[in-house]
Amino acid sequence: MRKGAIVRLVVIALLAAAAATAVAIFVPWLPPVRSKEAERIDFVFWVVVGICIAVFAVVAAVTIYSVMTFRARPDDDADGPPIHGHTGLEITWTAIPAVLVTIIAVLSAVALAENGDLKSNRLQVDVTARQFAWSFKYPQYGNFETTELRLEEGRQVELNLRALDVIHSFWVPEFRQKQDAVPGITTHLPITPTKVGTDTLICTELCGLGHALMRAKVIVMRPADFQQWARAQQQKGAQASAG
Amino acid sequence: MTEVLDQTPHAPPAPPRSRWHRLILGPGFIRAAWMTALFFGIGFGLVVGLRSLAGYDPALDWLIIVTVAGLITAPLGFLAGLGAFDYWVYYALGYPTRDEDHSGHGARSWKDYFRVNTDHKVIGVQYVVTTIVFFLAGGLMAMIFRAELAKPGMQFLDNQEYNGLISVHAALMIFLFVIPAFAGLANYVIPLMIGAPDMAFPRLNALSFWLLPIAGIIMLSSVAVPGGAFGAGWTGYAPLSVVGTNGNVWFNMGVQWAGASSIMTALNFLVTIITMRAPGMTFWRMPLLVWANFTTSLLVVLATPFVAGSQFFVMFDRLMHTNFFNFHEGGYVLGYQHIFWFYSHPAVYIMMLPGFGIASEVISVFSRKPIFGYRLMALSLCAILVLGFSVWAHHMFVSGMASWLRVPMMVTTLLIAVPTGIKVFSWLATTWEGRIHLETPMLWALGFVSMFVIGGLSGIMLGAVPIDIHVSDTYFVVAHIHYVLLGGSLFTIFAGIYYWLPKMTGRMYNERLGKLHFWLTFIGFNLTFFPMHIIGVQGMPRRVSDYSPQFSTWNMIISISSFFLGVSFVVFLYNAITSWIRGPIAEANPWHAMTLEWQVSSPPPIFNFDEIPQIVGGPYEYGVPGARHAVFNGAREESLEEARSP
Repeated sequence: MRKGAIVRLVVIALLAAAAATAVAIFVPWLPPVRSKEAERIDFVFWVVVGICIAVFAVVAAVTIYSVMTFRARPDDDADGPPIHGHTGLEITWTAIPAVLVTIIAVLSAVALAENGDLKSNRLQVDVTARQFAWSFKYPQYGNFETTELRLEEGRQVELNLRALDVIHSFWVPEFRQKQDAVPGITTHLPITPTKVGTDTLICTELCGLGHALMRAKVIVMRPADFQQWARAQQQKGAQASAG
Repeated sequence: MTEVLDQTPHAPPAPPRSRWHRLILGPGFIRAAWMTALFFGIGFGLVVGLRSLAGYDPALDWLIIVTVAGLITAPLGFLAGLGAFDYWVYYALGYPTRDEDHSGHGARSWKDYFRVNTDHKVIGVQYVVTTIVFFLAGGLMAMIFRAELAKPGMQFLDNQEYNGLISVHAALMIFLFVIPAFAGLANYVIPLMIGAPDMAFPRLNALSFWLLPIAGIIMLSSVAVPGGAFGAGWTGYAPLSVVGTNGNVWFNMGVQWAGASSIMTALNFLVTIITMRAPGMTFWRMPLLVWANFTTSLLVVLATPFVAGSQFFVMFDRLMHTNFFNFHEGGYVLGYQHIFWFYSHPAVYIMMLPGFGIASEVISVFSRKPIFGYRLMALSLCAILVLGFSVWAHHMFVSGMASWLRVPMMVTTLLIAVPTGIKVFSWLATTWEGRIHLETPMLWALGFVSMFVIGGLSGIMLGAVPIDIHVSDTYFVVAHIHYVLLGGSLFTIFAGIYYWLPKMTGRMYNERLGKLHFWLTFIGFNLTFFPMHIIGVQGMPRRVSDYSPQFSTWNMIISISSFFLGVSFVVFLYNAITSWIRGPIAEANPWHAMTLEWQVSSPPPIFNFDEIPQIVGGPYEYGVPGARHAVFNGAREESLEEARSP
């Protein structure tokens, strides 16, 4: 090692890490958090971003340092030292990434399991996707149908997704959760909304000409408001079928 | 008996016929033209004849006629007319085959590049030039839809045109640029690197090239199909690809021709690398590019039949009313994705391992140091080859497949970071303490390492299931694939083109223009694709012709940068063309490299080596006193004595 090489490497690495961190912090990345699942996903996201910044800083530092320090003059025909390898180093850079990806895998598996955990009091909504519209049925409330998705704050919902023609995909960025709706099978997606408000449901699987506009409103309501709305819809539905 | 055996393949050539006779019946574009028409007629007759015999109404079903006659038999007629099957047909039918006078070998004029040529060096150039033409077409399509996406709302495209453009763009870039561009560079270089006179099967090699323009023209011509081009993305998910426009059939068949080309080339590489290495070249003395193409070819041979199958299923569902993916009749929609990704994930490594090989060559030569950890570099290629087959379902985390499959596939996916990390760190260690020469190929190689690291890190994020659930099918994925396929594959293709251009053309390129090209591309690339990470995480889905106004600023920046990126390519075209025509004559070994292709003249002699090289050491022994990679017969005794004397 050259004199001062470590110090210079560390300085460049810190600068690269600072630049990457600034991009991570000052650019608004993730949309607002409006579900429990989003909190867990965001935690994994930021841990992995942290690891990525560290790896990026190391690579950037070595690349920049090497190019600045070891650059030969154009007329320099000499070869470098014949270093063929270094077993210790090679073991190190096999082991460290292995440990890092193990950490990521464990965190991800835990978050995934927690996000898939179904509560017994959950709301059921049957989601139907077709070219190019969404509709929603509430089997616990007389199976009435709507074209905007209304959910209850703090109560888990299990979406049962079906598609009538081609594959569509259910995604509300503020909830983070996503699931394809596949013709022929029913897929499931749990979401626990945590904030009252209105968001947009986006189709994220290319489904044909109207794909870009296949959207629906998602409204999260206070529990009392939701119950009132659901009962009203249920009655309206019962009257309609009776009439 | 022996007399007969001797005579059949080597009978004296038929007496010369008249000039007109040769012009019309001899292999070439004139015969190709009438044979294409003839074979179209045969296909037409087959379809109409069989349909009327079976009593199907209408007998004249144009979709089926065009599929069979236009996309299958006519291209076969074209190939036959060009002469791709001449030798085999004569041989199979028991006619005397033409004496092998090597007239179809090597290029004496530009016209020889437009023939069925059996010289791997000619074929390599044919490949590279053809793929650049399709790269240009794919790039122009990207400019068009980026112009559309500059502002929210629809400007000048309709939805069908938009979906068609993004799909054809991706299909051309993947099947007609990245995969065959690497095959082309390797075609030129691999036989030279291992000390062979040519590929193992030169006629097969010629055929595998000529399948490519067919595949490309089929994919491009889908734009002209009534109803529009295929618009289900390059992934062509069923059932959209079954029920979408008829242009999808052009994608199904385009993939077949490109895939067949890929498989033939890979078989050729495998046999060439296994059986035709020069004496003394053990596996542990092969350059890493040879290792890379060896592992890539294994991937191609094992995986490509799966994508061929998936496309046939889709086509059969449409044309023959089978029910592979028809869920009304028990079809299995997710089956398409499993089969497709069982190829298309390994395909990611088919598009990356050769680039790893090129980067290893360039970084070692321009750092004037042996590659760091040679054996581990080769072994990590093998690890990626094996792991690559166990990760396909990471494209399907939100697809509705069996949910237990997610965690195991995440683990294997993340594990690929380990051999990939080994490669990145070893390249960096190779530059350490070196004598770095920042010529154009080295700039591209180092640019590749840094950009590929970003693509690899976003790949880790996508590999982690919870993050993938959020960013799947968003612009984050678009950013990721462009960092690995553009920052990864394209950068190494350019590194390879600049590195071997002196060998291929015998002329040097302009160094200043080469550097200008690199910096324009590097800057334009990052400005175009880095912001896509941001809008993807923020919530912009991919493959949409219109988007929410909240993303309009970033999209405007991306569109402007993409035009800048497009312009940078003009610098390359100008440099490559002018250098090829009137660049300064290149030396045999301008980079002072040790591998065999640099030990012969630029361009190399017609059969590569006038003397058989004897391999006596590793390919990257820079800085080792007295080390040789290869000696030629005459010099052999001498060098052995030299080695003994101290």
